Amino acid sequence: MSHFIIAPVVLPAVIGGLIILWMRHDMLLQRVFSTAGSVLLLGVSLYLAFHASSGEIFVYRLGNWPAPFGIVLMLDKLAALMLVLGAFLAVVVQLYAIGSGWDRKGWHFHALWQFQMMGVMGAFLTGDAFNLFVFFEVLLIASYGLMIHGGGALRLRAGVQYVIINLMGSTLFLAALGTLYAVTGTLNMADMAVRVAEMPPEDTALLRTGAVLLMLVFAIKAALVPLHFWLPSTYANAPGPVAALFAIMSKVGIYSIIRFYTLVFPGDSVVETIVSDMLLPAALITLVVGQIGVLGGRHMGRVAALSAIASIGTLVIAVSMFTPESISAALYYTMHSTLAAAALFLITDMIAARRNGELWLSLRPKIRDSGLIAALFFATAIAVAGLPPLSGFIGKLLVLEATRDDMWWVGIWTTILVTSLFAIVGFGRAGSTLFWLPFQLQRIEAQAEEEGRPRPEGPIPPKLEPDEHIQDIDDAVSPTLTFVSVGVLLAGLVALTIFARPAMMMADAVSLQLFDQAPYVESVLVNQEGARE
Amino acid sequence: MEMLVATAIGAMAASGVYLVLRLRTFPAVIGMTMLSYAINLFLVTTGRLAVDKPPILQYDAPLSAYTDPLPQALTLTAIVISFGMTAVVVLLALGAYIEGGDDYVDMPDADRREDGGAE
Repeated sequence: MSHFIIAPVVLPAVIGGLIILWMRHDMLLQRVFSTAGSVLLLGVSLYLAFHASSGEIFVYRLGNWPAPFGIVLMLDKLAALMLVLGAFLAVVVQLYAIGSGWDRKGWHFHALWQFQMMGVMGAFLTGDAFNLFVFFEVLLIASYGLMIHGGGALRLRAGVQYVIINLMGSTLFLAALGTLYAVTGTLNMADMAVRVAEMPPEDTALLRTGAVLLMLVFAIKAALVPLHFWLPSTYANAPGPVAALFAIMSKVGIYSIIRFYTLVFPGDSVVETIVSDMLLPAALITLVVGQIGVLGGRHMGRVAALSAIASIGTLVIAVSMFTPESISAALYYTMHSTLAAAALFLITDMIAARRNGELWLSLRPKIRDSGLIAALFFATAIAVAGLPPLSGFIGKLLVLEATRDDMWWVGIWTTILVTSLFAIVGFGRAGSTLFWLPFQLQRIEAQAEEEGRPRPEGPIPPKLEPDEHIQDIDDAVSPTLTFVSVGVLLAGLVALTIFARPAMMMADAVSLQLFDQAPYVESVLVNQEGARE
Repeated sequence: MEMLVATAIGAMAASGVYLVLRLRTFPAVIGMTMLSYAINLFLVTTGRLAVDKPPILQYDAPLSAYTDPLPQALTLTAIVISFGMTAVVVLLALGAYIEGGDDYVDMPDADRREDGGAE
């Protein structure tokens, strides 16, 4: 068991390296190895989750160095849950990337994919703040490559913005870590929790600065307003499967917020509620901004991206309460929103592939497989907007329930419910433009032909530069596989709905473990050779 | 000395932020380099400023004769990472310039308007 904890980090690293070294020119081999690696990763994650479900916290000491000095990996229920979620998403979305032919539109797609998974998995597992920074960098470097995969002027431009914002975020991260290290003298998260708890309240100004700086870093990653500006262009211009994988990347920010502000800076420590006080208004504004964007977006890619921002808003409202109930509601919503956002991005990509890369919400001829895609879109829109019967409804209900005791519950409930209406109207508009208006176009044309009039002015011809014609349904290796992978994501949402009770019990167990900090500290610092008393 | 170091960090961070907020990619890249210098300097000082003290524990020297080695290791890692990142952003900015025809950071009209900005 003990060495399996590092497997989620080592496995993608090795597979990614092998793909770059030996399979550069053989697409088939790359696909087989990369998919096998992702499936294996899912298997390892499930195995780890099975062990973590006993409630024990496993610690892996790299190089067997004692804890505050060496780097540790920690596996608890939260980490295991995120590992399984990330690995599941990776497998399904990778199948989509293969089926749609996206992976052969540039170089090293599969290698970058594996390195991305290495960073994500490492970020979930690490128990050391600086190591968290390093894994953030690993996943970011890979994501820069994936983001501009396939090229094109718009995508490169969006990529530059994405890289610049994230480099600023990394700089801020280092500043936060430096501040925290200067105050506490440690970077190990469990050790830091001990030192923070022992700190006298009068000299904590620097500590609070560090805590808030760190919050800003995670907020950039999670795209909380006002640090969300990078997200719409990035997600709308990234390749579909990459945008879908990025759904787990913004959850890395959420995971870090939950981890840090329950373990290191809990509400009863000297940092007090300064972070949750900032989070709640930011989350409410995020939700409003996102859903207004869904309502008013003129481009399907942006509508999908802004709905991802809105789901982050809902999620952080629950997180900002920092009670066991609210965190477990947030965890359920995390599972739901990751799968739902990924499905939405994949469906958006399917539509793009059949509309010659054009995603503007305006009249176009009917797309191929219109009926099936419309059905998938309808189901996903229901889930994303939070209508019954899918898991979005249960998730929102849980968030409402968790915020019931807050002072501002009237405002929170109003915001969530009114903005849900925005989302419903926005998706209704997008869906009718994409799938119903084409029938009208057909009718107008048929009528004109009957009366012998010249055909009416057709749809606006797409004005694409030559290098942007990379999105085409004829390029797809296997359209069936793309439908299967979207179907699997939706099946995940349905399963989350049907098994809502077991899922909630699992989330409750995770959050109960989170709010009991003593076992972490004990397993990291005490149960080792030469431990402090 | 504290004053000097703090001023240097502050000046570099300020000019870095100013440059990153410019509209073109080249100043933004330079600005990020300045910012990472400022942060690296800041990281070195997080182990307290110490003159003439090596970050190595010596056999017979008293404990006060050495300084905290960890910030130096962190700085080293941060330098390597920011170096690599600068290379990435330079290449990406070049690519965007060659493909898009200009070196502005913000999105072109084609991203906002259906007709790609044509009148």
